[in-house]
Amino acid sequence: MEQPEQDTVEQTVSTNLPRLETTVKAPSLTPGTTIFDVRNVSIYYGAFKAVTDVSLPIYEHEVTAFIGSSGSGKSTVLRAFNRMNDLVTGARLDGEMRYRGADLYSKEVSPAAVRRRIGMVFQKPNPFPKSIYDNVAYGPRINGIRNKARLDEIVEKSLRGAALWDEVKNRLKQSGLALSGGQAQRLCIARTIAVEPDVVLMDEPASALDPIATLAIEDLIRVLKENYTIVIVTHNMQQATRVSDRTAFFSVLTDSKNDTRTGILVEYGPTQQIFEDPHDSRTQAYVTGRMG
Amino acid sequence: MSVVSDQTVDLREPTNWRRTKNRIATVVMWVAFVATLVPLILVLYTVVSKGIGAISWQFLSGSPIPPNIMPLGTGGMGPAVVGTLIITGFAALISIPLGVLGAVYINEYGGKGWLAKFIAFMADVMTGVPSIVMGLFIFTIWVLHFGYSGLAGSFALACLMLPIVIRSTYEMLLLVPNHLREASYALGATKSRVTLTVVLPAAVGGIVSGALLAVARAAGETAPLVLVILTVEATNTNLFSGANTALSTQIFVNAQSPYVGAEARAWGAALTLIVISFLLMIIARVVTARFTRYTR
Repeated sequence: MEQPEQDTVEQTVSTNLPRLETTVKAPSLTPGTTIFDVRNVSIYYGAFKAVTDVSLPIYEHEVTAFIGSSGSGKSTVLRAFNRMNDLVTGARLDGEMRYRGADLYSKEVSPAAVRRRIGMVFQKPNPFPKSIYDNVAYGPRINGIRNKARLDEIVEKSLRGAALWDEVKNRLKQSGLALSGGQAQRLCIARTIAVEPDVVLMDEPASALDPIATLAIEDLIRVLKENYTIVIVTHNMQQATRVSDRTAFFSVLTDSKNDTRTGILVEYGPTQQIFEDPHDSRTQAYVTGRMG
Repeated sequence: MSVVSDQTVDLREPTNWRRTKNRIATVVMWVAFVATLVPLILVLYTVVSKGIGAISWQFLSGSPIPPNIMPLGTGGMGPAVVGTLIITGFAALISIPLGVLGAVYINEYGGKGWLAKFIAFMADVMTGVPSIVMGLFIFTIWVLHFGYSGLAGSFALACLMLPIVIRSTYEMLLLVPNHLREASYALGATKSRVTLTVVLPAAVGGIVSGALLAVARAAGETAPLVLVILTVEATNTNLFSGANTALSTQIFVNAQSPYVGAEARAWGAALTLIVISFLLMIIARVVTARFTRYTR
C-alpha cells in the first residue's frame, strides 16, 4: 500500500494573499471512464429548491472534491448519487443523473441495489452498536454471505484496507462504539469497502476529527482511489487540494425578494486549475479566502 | 456566616434571598422524596409482614383452593399461581409481537401517513380505557358465545397490554438515532433489513423493559379477569376451555370474606403476586443488560 506518486499534491496555502503560493506537482489528468453523468439536475425538498441546474461528469479512479460554503447544496448533490435523498420526505430530483450509462432515477431502479455499488461515509462516524467484527461483516451479511471463513477474510481485508487492522485485530469482539473518533471513521470506511462498492461517497469525512486523524483519513483516501472512485464533500480547502484530482465549487444564490437560498455549481475543473487559475471571480474569492 | 474582614474577593452566594430559595428548593425536594418512599415502603412492609406467614410450599403448589371458612394449611393457591402464569403468559404472547409490530409500523413504515397517526392515536386512547371495560368487552364478544375460559382472560389482558407495548416500543424506536438507519441504508440494506438488523437490535433493551412492565401490570389486573374467567377453585391447566382462576381474582374473593383463613390466603396471594412481578423486573434488567452490551 505505497502511495501513488504522481497524484501527490503538495501545497502551502496562505489564505491572506490574493494568489495561492503553491508547489504543485501536477497530476496527469486524462479523464477515464465517466462514472456519473449529471445533467441539469435540480433537487427540491418539498417546495424548497436546494440546488439548481447542476451538470458535471465524475470520472473513474479519481477523487472529486465538492467545496463551497454551507447551504450551497454540495451534500445534497452527493446524497443524490446513491439516492440517500429518497429517505428525506418530500425530496425530489429534476434532470438526469446517469451512473455508468444507467438512469439512477428511473422507476425500475432499486435504491438498495444502487447503494450496494455506491457506498457512503458520513460526517459523524456512525458505527453500529455492534462489535467491530459485526460492523464490518454487516454489509457482506445482508448480501447473503454466511460462510464464517469467507466473512473472516472479508473483515480482515476491509480493516486492512481502511488501515485499522493492526489497531483492532486483537479486539474484534469489542463494541465499535468504544473506538476513538478517527478509528471509528476508519471502521465506517472499512464497513463501506467490505461490500466492494464501485464508488465511495464521503460527506465531510474528517470534519469531526482532530488533525492527526484527518491526515490518516486523507492518506487512506489517496490509497483507496486506486480501487474506487471517490467523491468527497469538504469544508476544508486545503483538504481538497491535498486529496482531490478534480474540484467542483458550489455557491449560494440568494434571492432576497423571495428570501430563498439555492445552491449552484459555479465552476468545475482539475483541482490545480480551480485553486491556481479559477475562471470565475466567485471561485477566486472563495479559494483565496476573501469570501465564505 | 462569619464576616471575613480582609477578603479581597467575595466568592459567597451574592444575596441572602438566593441562598434562601436554594434551601427551600432542597427541602421541598427531600420532602417529595420521602413522601414518595413512605407509601412504597408501607405497602411492601404490610404485604410482606402479613403475607409471609401464609407462604409455604404447600400454599404455592397445593390444590384445590379451600373454601373460605377453612383455616390456612388446608389446600393451597396452586391453581391461582398456574392460572396467573398461563393467562398472563398467553396474553404476553398475543400482545408483545402485535404491539412491537404495530410500533414498527407507526415509526418505520407509516411515516407521516394518516393510518400511522390514527393507530398511534387509538393506542393512546386505549391506554386510558379502564381495565374493567376491557373485561366487559371480552365478556360480551367472547364469553357470551364460548363460555368462561383462561383464553378469555388472556384476551382481556392482551387488550390492556397492547397499547402499553405499542407506546413503550414506539418511544424506544424514536430514540434510535437516524444516522444508524442511514449507515445501514448506505450499505444497500432494504427497509425490512434496516429494521430487523439495526433498528430493533438498537432498541431491544428498552422494548424488553417496556414489554415486561406491561406483563407485570397485567399480572396484577383483577377487574377484567373477574368478569371472564369465573375464578374457580380447582387447577385448570387447559387455557382454552373451562373456567379458570388467578392470583389477583383470588385476592379479590378472599379479601372480601370475614374468615381468618381466607384473609391470610389473600395476603399470601398478594405477596406471591408481588414476588412474581419482582422476578419479572429482575429478568427484564438482566435481559436488557445482555442485549445492550455493545451500546457503550
